[in-house]
Amino acid sequence: MLPVIWFCIVAVMVAMYVVLDGFDLGAGIVHLGVARSDRERRAVIKSIGPVWDGNEVWLLAGGGALYFAFPALYASSFSGFYLPLMMVLWLLILRGISVEFRNHLDNPVWKPLWDVVFCFSSGLLAVFFGVALGNVVRGVPLDASGEFFLPLWTDWTPGAQPGILDWYTILVGLFAFFTLTHHGALWVAYKTENGVRERARRIARASWFAVAAFTVIVTVVSFRIQPQLSRSFAALPAGFVFPLLALAGLAGAFLFWKREEDLKAFVSSAVFVIGMLTSVVFGVFPYVLPANTDPALSLTIHNASAPAYGLRIGLLWFAPGMALAASYSVFLYRKFAGKVQLEEGGY
Amino acid sequence: MDSALALHRFHFAFTITFHYLFVQLTLGLALLIFILKTLALRTGNEHYNDTARFWAKIFAVNFALGVVTGIPMEFQFGTNWSRFSKAAGGVIGHTLGMEGLYSFFLESSFLGLLIFGEKLIGRVGHWFSALAVWVGSWLSGYLIVATDAWMQRPVGYELGPNGEIILNSWSALLFNEWAFWQFVHTILGGVVTGCFAMASLGAFYLLIGKHKDYGRTFLRVAVTTGAIATVLVAFPTGDQQGALVARHQGPTLAAMEGHFETGPNAPMAIMGQPDVEQRRLDNPFVLPGVLSMIVHKRWDAEVRGLDAFPKENWPDNIPLLYYSFHIMVGLGTIFIAIMGLSALQLWRGKLFTFKPLLWALLLAMPLPYVANTAGWMTAEVGRQPWLIYGLMRTTAGFSARVSSGNAMFTLFGFMGIYSVLLMLGLFLIWREIEHGPGSAPAAH
Repeated sequence: MLPVIWFCIVAVMVAMYVVLDGFDLGAGIVHLGVARSDRERRAVIKSIGPVWDGNEVWLLAGGGALYFAFPALYASSFSGFYLPLMMVLWLLILRGISVEFRNHLDNPVWKPLWDVVFCFSSGLLAVFFGVALGNVVRGVPLDASGEFFLPLWTDWTPGAQPGILDWYTILVGLFAFFTLTHHGALWVAYKTENGVRERARRIARASWFAVAAFTVIVTVVSFRIQPQLSRSFAALPAGFVFPLLALAGLAGAFLFWKREEDLKAFVSSAVFVIGMLTSVVFGVFPYVLPANTDPALSLTIHNASAPAYGLRIGLLWFAPGMALAASYSVFLYRKFAGKVQLEEGGY
Repeated sequence: MDSALALHRFHFAFTITFHYLFVQLTLGLALLIFILKTLALRTGNEHYNDTARFWAKIFAVNFALGVVTGIPMEFQFGTNWSRFSKAAGGVIGHTLGMEGLYSFFLESSFLGLLIFGEKLIGRVGHWFSALAVWVGSWLSGYLIVATDAWMQRPVGYELGPNGEIILNSWSALLFNEWAFWQFVHTILGGVVTGCFAMASLGAFYLLIGKHKDYGRTFLRVAVTTGAIATVLVAFPTGDQQGALVARHQGPTLAAMEGHFETGPNAPMAIMGQPDVEQRRLDNPFVLPGVLSMIVHKRWDAEVRGLDAFPKENWPDNIPLLYYSFHIMVGLGTIFIAIMGLSALQLWRGKLFTFKPLLWALLLAMPLPYVANTAGWMTAEVGRQPWLIYGLMRTTAGFSARVSSGNAMFTLFGFMGIYSVLLMLGLFLIWREIEHGPGSAPAAH
C-alpha cells in the first residue's frame, strides 16, 4: 500500500510541476512572438517573474520524494538518461539567469540577448521533457541489475537498441512543445492586455489545433508502442476517467478561448495536461520504468521502492511540508492575481 | 584508479565547490542582514535600513547563483553516483527531500518579500522576512550537513539480508552528533566569509573615500561579528569536530596530521611534507605532545598513527588531505588575528583611519573562500576510501554505466557554463558596489 501512496504522491508532484512550470516555459516559448517592445517583454517576464522559481521547486520536491521513496528508480533513470538530464540542467540554468538578470542593465544588446536565451531554452526544455516522457512510455533496455545507458540516438527507431531520440520520442517531444506553447500562450493572454494579449490569443488558437492533432496521433502510436497501456485500461475501465478529463480540458480550452474567458481557458488547458499525464501514469502502472527488451526486468513500484519504515516516516514530514508549500503557492498567486501592472517597479 | 571513477569524483568535487562559493556567502550575509534589520528596528535609524537594502541586493544575485548551481547537485546523486543512490537513497533522500521542501520554500518566498515587499509588509514584517531568510538558509545548511554527516558517521540504520541499508531511526539520522558539530563549524565558516566580505567592502569605501558613512557601518557590524565568529570556528566547534574524527575516523586523523607511527607524546605538525612511501613527515616543524593533548587531553597519551590501520583503509590521497587541513587551520589562525586586531582598533576608535589594517581587511576577502573550500576538502578527502564510512567504498558507488568520456563531456560543459555564471555574477555585484548603497532601489 505504501509504495502505491508514494507513487501517487510523486505523480501528483510531477503533474503539478508540469502544469505550473509548464506555463512559464510556455510563456518563454511565445515570449519573442507576442511581445515586440521592451515594455511588452517586461510585461511577459513579469507575468511569471514572481512565481517561476517557486514552480521549479515542485521539480526539486518531486525529485526529493522520488529519491527516498524509489531510490532504485532514481538511480537507474538518472544515470541512464545521463546526457539529456545534464542538458536539461544547463538549460534550466540558462533560463533561470535570463529571467533574473535581464532587467539588471538597460542596454540594447543585453536585453535582447537574454530574451533570445529565455525563448530558446524554454522551447528546448519543453521538447526535452516530452522526449523524457516518451522514453518512459516506450521503455528502456534495463539489464538484470536494473541499470541502462542510452545514447542520444541510434537508428531513430524505437527497437531493441533505442536512443533517447527516436521517431516516437521526438513525436512526444513535439507534442509537449505544442502543449506548453498553448498552455503558456493562454497564461500570457490571461495576465496581459491589448497587443500582447491579442497576439497570445492568436498563438493559443494556432497551437490548439496542433495540440488536438498530436493528441490523436500520439495516443494511437503510444498504444502500439507500449502494450501495457491497453492491458491497464482493459483491466480497470474506470481508468478511462483520465483520458476523458483530458478531452474535457481540450474542449474547454477551445470554448473558453472563443468566449474570451482567458482564465477559464488556461485552467482548462491545465486540466488537459493533468488528464494526459494521469492517463500515462495509469496506463504504465505498476511499472515505473518498463524494460523494452524483457518485461520481467522492468522497474515496478514494488521492486524500486524503499523499505516500509522510511516510506511511513516520510509521510510524517512530507504532508505538513506539502501543506506549507501549497499554502505558500496560493498566497503568492493571490498576491499577483490579475493583469500585470508595470508601473510599480520590480520586474 | 579507474579513470571513470576519478572523473565522477572530480565532477562532483568541481560542481559542489563552485556551488559552495555562493552558499557560504549566503549563510554569512543572511545573519548580517538580519543584524542590520534588527539595528534599524531598534534605533529607528534609516541608515541601517539603507545598509540592509544594499546587502540584500548583493545577497539576491549571490542567492540566484547559489540556486541555479544547487539544482545540479541533487541530480548528480542519481546521474553520477547511481549505485550509491540506490543503496543509500532510502536514508539520505529524507534529509535532502526535507531540505527541498522546507528550507527552500522558506528562503525563496521570504527573499522575495525582503527584496520587493518592504512597502507592502511594514517595518516589523520586513524585519521578520529577514529573520525567515536567515533561519531558512541555516536550516537548509543543517539538512545538507546532516546528509554529509550520515556519510561520515552512518547511524540509525540496519543491514538487510542482502546487505542493503535500511533506515530504522529517522531521529538518529536527523540528530546525528556528527551533524551538530559539523553544522556549527560549517555555518560559522560561512559567517566568517560574510564578515570578511562586508568588512572588505567597508575598507574599500573608506580607502577610496566614497560612501564613507556606509563603509564605517559595514566595518562596525562585520568586525564585531567576525571577531566572535573567527574564534568560535576554532573553539569549541573545530576542536569538537576534530574530536569526532579522532573517535570515529582514526586513519583520517592520523593522515590529517601526517602522523605515521603510533606512539605517546604525539606531536602536532606546524609544517612538513607527508612522504607516504617512506611513511614519515619530511622537513618537519612540530610541537611535541600537542596532538596527544588535543585528542586525549594528556600530553603523554598514545595517539594511533597510520601504522595502526590496514593500508586499504587509509585515505587515498594523504598529501591532499594533510595540506587541506593545514591550510584551513593556518588561515583560521590568521582570521582570528586580523579580526581580533580590527576589533581592538575599532574599540579604541582607530580602525577607520588605520590604513594598514584597512588594506589587510580589503585583501583578506578571498581567504575565507580558500579556508572553507579547504575545510570541506578535509572532510571529504578524509572520508576516503569510503563513500559511506565503514559501509560502502567510493569505488562501489559511482554510475558504472556512465563512461569516462560522457563524464568528461559534462564536466567540461559545467566548467564552461559556470565560467559564464561567475563572470556574470562578479559583473552584476561590481555594479552594485560601484553604485553604492543609499539611493533608490536598483531596477530589477
